[in-house]
Amino acid sequence: MKYWRTPLDVDRVKIPHGEVHIMRERCKGCGFCVEYCPKGILELSSEFNAKGYHPPIVTNGALCVHCQLCEMLCPEFAIFCVLKEEEVDHES
Amino acid sequence: MKVDEAEKVKRKRKLISVEENNLEHPLEPWLRMERIPHIWCPTCGIGTAVTCFIEAMKKVNVPRKDICVVSGIGCSGRIAGYIRLDSFHTTHGRAIPFAAGLKLANPRLHVVVFSGDGDLVSIGGNHLIHTARRNIDITVLCINNFIYAMTGGQLAPTTPPTAIATTAPYGNYEHPFNLPLLAASCGAVYVARWTALHVRRLTKSIGEAFQKKGFSFVEIICPCTTLYARKNKLGTGLDLMKFYHDNSVIAHGADPKDVDIQFQSEIKVGKFVDIEKPCYLDNYNQYLKQKLGDKFKPYGVSDEEKH
Amino acid sequence: MKADPAGVLTGEHYLDGDKACAEGALAAGCRFFAGYPITPSTEVAERISERFPLVGGIFIQMEDELASIAAVVGAAWSGVKSMTVTSGPGFSLMMENIGLGAMLETPCVIVNVQRGGPSTGLPTLPGQADMMQVRWGSHGDYEIIALSPNSPQECFDLTITAFNLSEQFRVPTFVMMDECVGHMTEKVVIPPAEEIEIYPRRFTKKKPEEYLPYAYQEDLVPEIVKAGDGYFFHVTGLTHDERGYPDMSWEMQEKCVHRLLDKINKNAGKIFIIEEENMENAEVVVISYGITSRVALRGIQLAQKAGMKNIGRMRLLTVWPFPEQRIRGLASRVKAFVMPEMNYGQVVREVERCAAGKCKTILVPHGGGTVHPPETIYQAIKEAYQ
Repeated sequence: MKYWRTPLDVDRVKIPHGEVHIMRERCKGCGFCVEYCPKGILELSSEFNAKGYHPPIVTNGALCVHCQLCEMLCPEFAIFCVLKEEEVDHES
Repeated sequence: MKVDEAEKVKRKRKLISVEENNLEHPLEPWLRMERIPHIWCPTCGIGTAVTCFIEAMKKVNVPRKDICVVSGIGCSGRIAGYIRLDSFHTTHGRAIPFAAGLKLANPRLHVVVFSGDGDLVSIGGNHLIHTARRNIDITVLCINNFIYAMTGGQLAPTTPPTAIATTAPYGNYEHPFNLPLLAASCGAVYVARWTALHVRRLTKSIGEAFQKKGFSFVEIICPCTTLYARKNKLGTGLDLMKFYHDNSVIAHGADPKDVDIQFQSEIKVGKFVDIEKPCYLDNYNQYLKQKLGDKFKPYGVSDEEKH
Repeated sequence: MKADPAGVLTGEHYLDGDKACAEGALAAGCRFFAGYPITPSTEVAERISERFPLVGGIFIQMEDELASIAAVVGAAWSGVKSMTVTSGPGFSLMMENIGLGAMLETPCVIVNVQRGGPSTGLPTLPGQADMMQVRWGSHGDYEIIALSPNSPQECFDLTITAFNLSEQFRVPTFVMMDECVGHMTEKVVIPPAEEIEIYPRRFTKKKPEEYLPYAYQEDLVPEIVKAGDGYFFHVTGLTHDERGYPDMSWEMQEKCVHRLLDKINKNAGKIFIIEEENMENAEVVVISYGITSRVALRGIQLAQKAGMKNIGRMRLLTVWPFPEQRIRGLASRVKAFVMPEMNYGQVVREVERCAAGKCKTILVPHGGGTVHPPETIYQAIKEAYQ
């Protein structure tokens, strides 16, 4: 994570990392998750699900910070995030 | 070429990957999965409101079996049918008195009325104002999509002026309700408004309203794509969410008189009222105890609790 | 199961029908009341508002009749016996949620102290013109049970019976009083609690995984649960399947709704309460219910004094379900049915339908406002003999 200055609590606060799971068949392609992911790692795929919608895909899973906004915004209960090991990265 | 039913099911199953079959969304224990997918349109905000509600219920310190959900009729009225709690899908406008009866008969229950703006404020308006006046201890979550969606897009008492609905094809010329003002003036002890975009604040607000003793009212502004947005050429639900993003202003403690919503105007959100007031059963028990002394048998209090 | 002594005001009292009805509700175990004042039923609500705080019940005067019946149905789902009272105009308002009560199969009691109608009508005077409305008032196909007392003592007894029947058949049950019986003061004997039989609510003993809200027993009545017991059930006014989930197909309509009718019709034999006298060789049968039955007795006496013999008397304490078989059987061997009613012909239509032309059906109508003059009934009996 790049900072313009190093935060004072950088050694105490760990940025979490999450893994996004998408239930493609439930998705109705609303685009809420894509629009509001703060790391911008979701985009609507060009594939179709059985209902004819374009479900999202994760473009860069490594950037997910487990904010769970996608999980909370989804009206279809079709996407959720699982907490992975917390990443300590304050040097790069 | 005719495809038989078994073949259709087989083809459908192929599309779902093995991996997906083993996935379980964290909210599934709280949902009636045999009825999912739900009936709400793509980009409808009601699903989001339900997600926030369940997240709030996961965090409250109340046994799950004591939580009841009562809905009326409408798109929002279908909410009760998808949540795995003791849930009731009642008649149009009568969710609030039904919930009042449920709560008063068994005060241990925590009753949530989760219904729509037309249901709660139009046909159910009288019940809203009286139940708020009496401060009966229930939580009312009012999904406001500014329209009667289920029946095809008719005018609602919350439809902003100049908006188009099927029963106002040239635009609305009526004054709409300002729901926080209505609830606050009738005596609600907790009044808040959030949009479906403010997921975390909404979840917290639902939790607060739920725990609050007395009549709590949370207005949840949700996008309605098929009716409200389409009839008023506002795009899809996602466009409405972007509108909420750009035009909602958090104004905690604002005077409810100032939070009315005009067509595509600024939306003030936040917690507007949070006061303390004895609720109906408290009044009932304390006042009658004072008047009748030992002859009074309090309601909702077991013999052990009395002493 | 015996009555809870806390609610039983044992002893001999002089009460009017309304107050006796309130006492009956208390004796039956009713502990939730939501109502709205309307003449001539207000005294029931007033009595209950006085007595409930002393026996551990909760009384609430709601903002209108629509809220009252909604709260009564809601309270029943919390496991508490609940009741409301009203009269004609309020009864009309309650119809939608009576339908909800019938569809959800909710045990509850609604008392209609009938008055002259239609519309505001004669608020302080009797009528019996809601008898068809109680059966058909709400939209759609459903069946209910309606009882008709003719004295304050019966107001007490039949209110207890109404609660018992509503629990047994999980159906909204009605006590169709009228202003005359409601405001008439007579001796009411309230027995000790051990002598009052109460039908307990049929709560299921199944575990939540096994329980289905609308899976019915042999008598077509499902077992019930209450909110807060961990069953996480769902009930809806939409046409539903055994799980309680909406299923809007014509097949489910047939299964769901037809059973609501069969539940009462096939069990009608267990529901009827009919008083009969002098029926063995009857040539003319006088059928009546409610306050009119007392006047009918007088009319029969006048006819007997005038020399007419073999006048049978039938009093319907349960007006709905209607005793179709009995009437059909009688129609083949009697000359005529004479039916005095304080309306312009309501329950008499059922009599006529069941008689199917095999005998005459003579209505003695009266618009309400007062009871029939006995002479009119005597004249009708005389006409029947010709």
